[in-house]
Amino acid sequence: MTATEVENEIGRDRRRKEDQRLITGRTRWTDNIVLPGMLHLAMVRSPFAHANITSIDTSAAKAAPNVVTVLTGSDFGEELGVCINAWPITPDQVTPGHSPMPSDRVAFAGEIVAVVVARSAAEARDAAELVDVEYDELPAALDLKKAAADETIAHPDLGTNKSAYWVFDSAEAGTGGSADEAIAKARTDGIVIEREYRQQRLIPAFMEPRSVVVDPTGEQYVMYSATQIPHIVRFALAATTGVPESKIRVIAPDVGGGFGGKLQVTPEEWIAWAVGRRLGKPVKYTETRSESLLSGHHGRDQWQKLTLSAEKDGTVTGFKVELLADLGAYVAIVGGGVPVLGAFMFNAIYKFPAYHFAVQTVLTNKTWTDAYRGAGRPEATYAIERIMDELAVEVGVDPLEIREKNWIKHEEFPFTTVCGLEYDTGNYEAATAKAKEMFGYDALRAEQQQRRDSGDPVQLGIGISTFTEMCGLAPSRVLGTLDYGAGGWEHANVRMTPLGKVEVVTGASAHGQGHETAFSQIVADRLGVPFEDVEVLHGDTQVAPRGLDTYGSRSLVVGGEAVVRAADKVIEKAKPIAAHLLEASIDDIDFAAGRFSVRGTDQGLGIAEIATAVFAAHNLPDGVEPTLDSDAAYDPVNFSFPHGTHLCAMEVDTETGALTMRKYVCVDDIGTIINPLIVAGQVHGGLVQGIAQALWEEAVYDDSGTLVSGSFVDYLLPTAADTITFDIDHTTSPSTTNSLGTKGVGEAGTIASTPAVVNAVVDAVRHFGVNDIQMPCTPERVWRAIRTGGKGGATTEAAMPHFEAEGEGA
Amino acid sequence: MTRITLTVDGAQVSDDVEPRLLLVQYLRERLGKTGTVIGCDTSNCGACTVHLNGTSVKSCNVLAVQADGGEVTTVEGLAQDGRLHPVQEAFRECHGLQCGFCTPGMIMQSIDLLNTNPSPSEDEIREGLEGNLCRCTGYHNIVRAVQHAASHGSSTAGATS
Repeated sequence: MTATEVENEIGRDRRRKEDQRLITGRTRWTDNIVLPGMLHLAMVRSPFAHANITSIDTSAAKAAPNVVTVLTGSDFGEELGVCINAWPITPDQVTPGHSPMPSDRVAFAGEIVAVVVARSAAEARDAAELVDVEYDELPAALDLKKAAADETIAHPDLGTNKSAYWVFDSAEAGTGGSADEAIAKARTDGIVIEREYRQQRLIPAFMEPRSVVVDPTGEQYVMYSATQIPHIVRFALAATTGVPESKIRVIAPDVGGGFGGKLQVTPEEWIAWAVGRRLGKPVKYTETRSESLLSGHHGRDQWQKLTLSAEKDGTVTGFKVELLADLGAYVAIVGGGVPVLGAFMFNAIYKFPAYHFAVQTVLTNKTWTDAYRGAGRPEATYAIERIMDELAVEVGVDPLEIREKNWIKHEEFPFTTVCGLEYDTGNYEAATAKAKEMFGYDALRAEQQQRRDSGDPVQLGIGISTFTEMCGLAPSRVLGTLDYGAGGWEHANVRMTPLGKVEVVTGASAHGQGHETAFSQIVADRLGVPFEDVEVLHGDTQVAPRGLDTYGSRSLVVGGEAVVRAADKVIEKAKPIAAHLLEASIDDIDFAAGRFSVRGTDQGLGIAEIATAVFAAHNLPDGVEPTLDSDAAYDPVNFSFPHGTHLCAMEVDTETGALTMRKYVCVDDIGTIINPLIVAGQVHGGLVQGIAQALWEEAVYDDSGTLVSGSFVDYLLPTAADTITFDIDHTTSPSTTNSLGTKGVGEAGTIASTPAVVNAVVDAVRHFGVNDIQMPCTPERVWRAIRTGGKGGATTEAAMPHFEAEGEGA
Repeated sequence: MTRITLTVDGAQVSDDVEPRLLLVQYLRERLGKTGTVIGCDTSNCGACTVHLNGTSVKSCNVLAVQADGGEVTTVEGLAQDGRLHPVQEAFRECHGLQCGFCTPGMIMQSIDLLNTNPSPSEDEIREGLEGNLCRCTGYHNIVRAVQHAASHGSSTAGATS
């Protein structure tokens, strides 16, 4: 192989290696897996939000054709394990025990009470209908504010719904002044803005329903799961079911999206594990979409009470944030940690001198909540970017001007924020200038004024979001101080095969992100080998034995850095061997573009030639091991802080409330870009998820605690016809916290876009006296807001009937 | 049980099936055509889209017995002699997929769209794909992929008629 003429891979828009199998259907989704003798599971789920189980009669189901057995919680002992919370955010957090299959009481509609095992999935599901469960219904805690007041208790034995109260105060932390004092002062001689915003409940709604296969044959028990976190699943299985880690292999094959929704240890996985072990036969469970929406964890669901104080000229003096966060029925794996991840981001890109954050996490009888794309940071960004617009209105200036007055200037980096985080790099001026130009900001503002002056029934609104986020989860030491149950490092292994190919093993576990392509580009550059010669292996705890998986925009920033370091070690290991084979001093050996050469001569060897020589091991220097394989575990020293300026133009038909997105521009600074094509894809998809929160999506419960948005008929995922083409670009100030200069991009679009859209909608109708519209901003709500000057009302009703009652319609 | 005989990706197959068996279950569970996937229970997501007698159908919304005597093409039957169908190629070229779960259905629907309308406008593409959900791409690059395939004259190559 000649590797001397490899052009730079980093920055190239390489087409993805992953795509060949995905576009031809040569895929290995968990549900595709079929094993000899495999049995199928169907779950029996509670229809009630809160009830005591008085009896379960499984006899009819057991007698159904090809049913092997029916099991309930009481059929299992400790081997069933528990679903864990890895992040108790306070030492006294109230955490209900979470059995995968409780035998006494159910705490949300959709909770599993029995499992049917049959020879086919259809027979299992048929028999599940025959399981007769008697319930004694209990009052259910459903409304977040009422639950926070302990009006009805979600878990009566706990005596309260209040799980944890977590506070950060800049005066106490010594990172700033007192927000209360700043607010008190502003009440006399400044501006105080008080708002309450609702983060509605959302559902991650990955396209591949969750599926799990457990194979108990052989020495290691194998679990295939549609998960983002095979390593964490293995850890939790061992920790809670008594099987040593060395006997557990977890494989995440092709995984069809996650968005945080597959960052979980689920009752379904634990039940399949227990049943497979009990029967000694492979078992499979694949959820239906309804089960997915009902029982997979949900996201967001907060009330945000905000108080912002400022001088009369708009200089912010303090910010106070009080959150109520709905945990649902159980504290999920990250659970109450989600709002804490947002705690350090409410001050965003601004130089606030004083800041106070408090969150009360609350148990209810609804589906559990946990990470959903952005996890805490979209909520924070929404709050601050919405209220900065309100401040601009109060001061009477353009919302960009109020932001510029308060943001960190580019020459002030590195900058330590009021939360004590050090932002390494950024340039808000540059991103904003570029976005304004692409957007045609001044022309659109002029058009807006003209439409307003002429009383056009279709009004134009312009929404701004100048966001930042913290990515690269996470420095282990920081996680330790926050009482998180694990570290935040990532692991990589780089090895050369005898014929000179490179295998890269990463502990990150991709499910659509394109790691196979991006990591190949990084290693191709580092080792000077062709892109095609690099194979990235992941998603199997036996192939990639160490790792902390994929979430929190961490794979490239943390996992990529581990790959870089492992690759560098390969070069260092190869150097003495090259010197030996070239009969030169190691001090005279240079490595560049895949070739070890003797300085000042034309003598040299390609890295693949070294690999072959190491494999043969016929002629190695004394005492040198015959391997180039290298490991690296990288623990980040800081987070990374991508930022960007997003501008959105919305047209609002004031007669009908109908909304049309006219234009969306974003300029993101995500540091060094490895593959612009993949980055664009992440941004587009992220934008639409954030826009969907603003305009369409909401998980709605009726007053008995039934999820009425329990199918794709009722949970409104946007389609191609609902969305537009986006204008995206970048500015680049490389991160200084990793050697590639990357910052992370997986969540940026989602974090930034929601407030940009709602700001635009509110901006379009503000002259009707509207200063907030509750999300999702449906046409009905917008129409009501215009007429009443309110927020357009909450979503309280049950879903509309799908079919008109007899005799009513055509 | 009912005996059905049909052609799937060019091969004749014949099986006894339960009348309630869905075409998608038949493809996946009986024929091992796991390239076609199931994403919902309500025929909203379109992940299971295949061609039946030259027209796209959501195979979760067709009974296997209804396909008796018919000709079915799945995503696995598009590439000919190792050569990708131009729409498959366009999806890769334009990064029209991320996790890839919606992709088989998206590709089959795009081919059907281009068969009916070889030069669709952006709006026509967006409306033509309205029955197929994607959670990763925001549709931006899927639309680009269909435009790319259209401009490279791909509407008929490899598609069923």
